[in-house]
Amino acid sequence: MKTLYDIAKVIRSKNAGPFSITLDVLFESEETYRKVKDSNLINRSLIAKLYKIPEESITELVYFDQAHGIKVTYDRKISSGTIGDRDVYGAQQHAPLMLLPVDDVICG
Amino acid sequence: MKNKLKILSPCGILGYGFPRESFVKGISQKPDAIVVDAGSTDAGPHKLGAGCAIVSRMAMYQDLQMFVEYGVKAGIPVVIGSAGGAGAAVHVQWTLNILNDVLKDAGVTARVAVVHADIPHEVVMGAVNEGRILSMGANIPALNRQIVDETGDIVAQMGHEPIVRALDTGADIIVAGRAYDPSSFAAVCIREGFDPGLAYHMGKVLECGALCAEPGTTKDCIMGTIYSDHFEVEALNPARRCTVTTVAAHTFYEKENPCVLHGPGFTLDLTGCRFEQVSDTAVAVYGSRYEKAETYNVKLEGARKVAYRTFVVAGIRDPLLIGRIEEVEELVKQSVRTQLHQLDPDSYQMNYYNYGIDGIMGDTEPDRTPGHEICVMFEALAQTQEIANTVCASMRSTLLHYGYEGRKSTAGNLAFPFAPSDVPFGPVYQFSVYHLMQIPDPVELFPVECVNMPR
Repeated sequence: MKTLYDIAKVIRSKNAGPFSITLDVLFESEETYRKVKDSNLINRSLIAKLYKIPEESITELVYFDQAHGIKVTYDRKISSGTIGDRDVYGAQQHAPLMLLPVDDVICG
Repeated sequence: MKNKLKILSPCGILGYGFPRESFVKGISQKPDAIVVDAGSTDAGPHKLGAGCAIVSRMAMYQDLQMFVEYGVKAGIPVVIGSAGGAGAAVHVQWTLNILNDVLKDAGVTARVAVVHADIPHEVVMGAVNEGRILSMGANIPALNRQIVDETGDIVAQMGHEPIVRALDTGADIIVAGRAYDPSSFAAVCIREGFDPGLAYHMGKVLECGALCAEPGTTKDCIMGTIYSDHFEVEALNPARRCTVTTVAAHTFYEKENPCVLHGPGFTLDLTGCRFEQVSDTAVAVYGSRYEKAETYNVKLEGARKVAYRTFVVAGIRDPLLIGRIEEVEELVKQSVRTQLHQLDPDSYQMNYYNYGIDGIMGDTEPDRTPGHEICVMFEALAQTQEIANTVCASMRSTLLHYGYEGRKSTAGNLAFPFAPSDVPFGPVYQFSVYHLMQIPDPVELFPVECVNMPR
């Protein structure tokens, strides 16, 4: 079984300011990017489920054709570097996304 | 007007260091300016709250020495944005003190223009009262008198305008307080008449050093050249190359939206942007559009102290304890509350981070299968360091000897890597101010002051 981690060239997370985290998934080939885009694999309800947040906390979900990439930005539950935060730079929050199965997407 | 302008970006954060060879190669291409961004909120609110820097004095000295040796001596202007990391007065002064030493040791005199970015608390309160403070997100509490009073230094991210004024003084070195990361780069280009959309976009790509190249790093040099209708970026280290993918990906980086970037007084529209490979190592970018905003808004930053922390890092190898660690941790909390009967249990917090189970992701961890060993980091948070130390010591001794049901390793539960095990951390901060402030004039809050150095 292939996962999103296998087919992405870049899959990462990072603070976009201390109150948001932004997830980027970038693909090397336009073909793979198109398949993922057309399948609507990455959508608001999926992100809300994976990150245990209400959909209203997702402030951006954008497909960016020029970079063959998808960007998702959501509000942090706890701001960067204060009590209860586990990832000050927000740099390791891509894990729930990377395990997504993609067999249907790349074959379909 | 020049037909092109070159900016050498030595590294992603001043004091991160860069290979001498890359820098010297950049200098040999005769850049019009050396520009470096020194700031970031990435490391959390502590730098701004505690007034300390993100890099060491020694690292800062080394980078500045290169700028003086190859820049100032050759008449190439040097521009430093968000000096000292957080860019408040204390950080700017720290940078100036080191710069003074570098110049003195090198026997070089320089004219330095300092741009301040501190916003007095009464100015912020004035904006609160006049309704000129705008929210940056639904998860950020609105500003009020109490929050402003509890916040330490407040800074605002300046646009290019105050830095242009500093360049107009003819200074050899500009040391700016908190600035929007691309502003220092954009200022150099806009002052020479180049398109502000391309100027800010180039600044956005250059401000992290060679992170826009492959392999990417913040600790190497990159050259940006702006023309009338596009800009180009090229890695200076032959081991790295800029490609359409790496430069486009970097435009994405750390931003909430890839097509629209908000800066002081403008939005940058990248929907019509085109990235083109012009050589093996260089990429050209066309079509970045600057749109002047209806109102000029600057981003304010400020931090307040929320607690003191003491923490312990310990390892667990025993499978029985790993199997029931969360249950045991809860029992330890209850035991500590009983032991410290003179303390109000609501006056302190106890938290565990179980690395090897869900230490990084917490409740969003999709795979909670524990490893054969785990790292447990635990902390006590309280209103004084002494109380935090007391609570943490009690957590540590209780967890170390806790006799959970079925226990076989009856001599001790934790492997401490260090002695002493308890680390008094000091204060913990929180970003309390992270709001937009509408201002009537892009420069008046950011005064420029010129000094001759060394003093």
